[in-house]
Amino acid sequence: MITRREFLQASLAASAIYGASGFGNWSRLAAQQALTQDQLLQFDDFGNLTLIHITDIHAQLKPIWFREPEWNIGVGDAKGQPPHVVGRAFQDMFGIAPGSPDAYALTYEDFAALGQAYGRMGGMDRVATVVKAIRAARPDSILLDGGDTWQGSMTSLLTKGQDCVNVMNALGVEAMTSHWEWTLGTERVNEIVESLPFPFLGANIFDAEWDEPAFEPYRIFDKGGLRIAVIGQAFPYMPIANPRWMFPEYSFGIREERMQAVVDEVRAEGVDLVVCLSHNGFDVDKKMASRVTGIDVILTGHTHDAIPEPVLVGQTILIASGSHGKFVSRVDLDVQGGKMLGFRHKLIPIFSDVITPDAEMAALIDAERAPFKAQLEEKIGTTDSLLYRRGNFQGTWDDLICDAVRSERDVQIALSPGVRWGASLLPGDAITREDIHNVTSMTYGQVYRTEMTGETIKTVLEDVADNIFNPDPYYQQGGDMVRIGGMGFACDVSKPIGNRISDMVLLETGGAIDPAKSYTVGGWASVNEGTEGPQIWDVVEAHIRKLGTVRLEPNPSVTVTGI
Amino acid sequence: MTLTRRKALTLGLGGIAFAAIPGLSTAATVEELTAAFTGGAAPGTSGITLTTPEIAENGNTVPVSVDAPGAVAIMLMASGNPEPAVATFTFGPAAGRQFAATRIRLAKTQDVIAMAKMADGSIVQAQATVKVTIGGCGG
Repeated sequence: MITRREFLQASLAASAIYGASGFGNWSRLAAQQALTQDQLLQFDDFGNLTLIHITDIHAQLKPIWFREPEWNIGVGDAKGQPPHVVGRAFQDMFGIAPGSPDAYALTYEDFAALGQAYGRMGGMDRVATVVKAIRAARPDSILLDGGDTWQGSMTSLLTKGQDCVNVMNALGVEAMTSHWEWTLGTERVNEIVESLPFPFLGANIFDAEWDEPAFEPYRIFDKGGLRIAVIGQAFPYMPIANPRWMFPEYSFGIREERMQAVVDEVRAEGVDLVVCLSHNGFDVDKKMASRVTGIDVILTGHTHDAIPEPVLVGQTILIASGSHGKFVSRVDLDVQGGKMLGFRHKLIPIFSDVITPDAEMAALIDAERAPFKAQLEEKIGTTDSLLYRRGNFQGTWDDLICDAVRSERDVQIALSPGVRWGASLLPGDAITREDIHNVTSMTYGQVYRTEMTGETIKTVLEDVADNIFNPDPYYQQGGDMVRIGGMGFACDVSKPIGNRISDMVLLETGGAIDPAKSYTVGGWASVNEGTEGPQIWDVVEAHIRKLGTVRLEPNPSVTVTGI
Repeated sequence: MTLTRRKALTLGLGGIAFAAIPGLSTAATVEELTAAFTGGAAPGTSGITLTTPEIAENGNTVPVSVDAPGAVAIMLMASGNPEPAVATFTFGPAAGRQFAATRIRLAKTQDVIAMAKMADGSIVQAQATVKVTIGGCGG
């Protein structure tokens, strides 16, 4: 395992770039439990340009709980490397004291107890305070949004993303890229894009019929006498991971050769710095950085990783800024003579009880919510258990959702998608309608009811497992394992596709799943057009109303090996 | 550069003849097709670029392109299809560029193989795995 000190030395030895992370400073202060806004924002200005990065907020405008993963298994070269380090090992790697605010922000351990002590995180009104403070200190800065912005809440679903668009416009975003945005459908995306005061970048978005670039690939910014190219890279597996029929006009893909061509094009124009605003996912970006030359900074997104220090690949630094508004990255750069000479970086945690909300943004967010306030805040039930989703396997929120699907749709087996978004709830919290939407909200939430053979179910599990555990990052789609209710299985992550899944059992009988036999299966978020059934949030609401108080027992139905 | 489909079609009219491999198309294996195309020559790996998506967005129509400067013929095979033979493109002396782009159907996850025959009879080869997946659950 590489310690922080070794990490910095390795970085310096491998490159002419010199750098530092501000993480250690706030870490020590935080350990004294004397957090103030000034300490969170403290930063010794450096160089001549600042990048401000936020990504994957998933429409969370208000502060939320978000438990970081207990399972984030790395395969192949990624094994044991950030972000595939969790819990105590993560704390050790980055010199974080157990029980400190940073342990709470960045790891899962003692989450419920620490949450009570340190409070919710995020909130775009707090983010606005941070962004304004950075801009005041650094007029030569660029605020970039890595996408997954317009989806993930009840208000974003009801306004077709407009609440988030209004908030991000007010925040002063200067460019963005995309993923779940596309699940609003081509027409709505293009309608919003035409209204945006900033570019919607995607060098890898092509016209599906003519195989030609369809969106602005990059924008060149003039700041402080520098010319900075920001290249957008949308989520590559859009038509595979999400419903293709919603945006049939477009094709995506990693398109590594296209990225190299665009980098070469902006370099030929003589820019001083090349930044890639990416929604590839961290491991895909790491591989891309090792194969495409000429990118100085990749602002990563999609896989929701929060890493306290930049990861260096050759001459490229990779920044991972977390999700759900929990963090904002500030990256100060020293750019001279067309070269990035050095960096100073800080992953700023948005402790909502520490950072004063920006009054204008708070008012805007409340105005966006006002028409829906009664619906949002209606209490449906209470939870006695910690409800969370994020992690490679299962999660209590999905156990509850699978229970709801099995009970309300009368099926033997329930499937729930392994998306990485979804806020947590602490034991004792009320469950409001908004909370249910925070883990289910989408434009294709119909709960289907069908029959599948044991063989088909295994094929589904194998297919999804390969999207996570294929040792080549270019074949990873960046989600987590599909969640399953009513059935147990074992997964050996080290095996190839077709051989990872075994020991499938039907929990109600304890008997082995028969490949030839049919089982009733319910699930949601099908990518198939014309899927019929009630919306998942209604199914979950009905289930929770019947229970009143929710209590989830530990779920031992999945056994993971080969780590 | 980006060679668009429109331009590729123009090139096609200019100098590329599309041949359907008569006599070999009845489920000839990759080995048989290779032997017939190479005449037994061992293929090299430089001087040929095969571009495919890593994961097919739609297995029924997967865009693939092959660039092999100086080639007189390019053969494309889908190793996991019931009929691996896809197409052979031949280039006459007037061809401005030895490049071919098309869309192919892939029955399942498999390697797509491209071979090019140079004017001196030497062979170069490139291959790439294209995953055909059932999709969903990305997030």
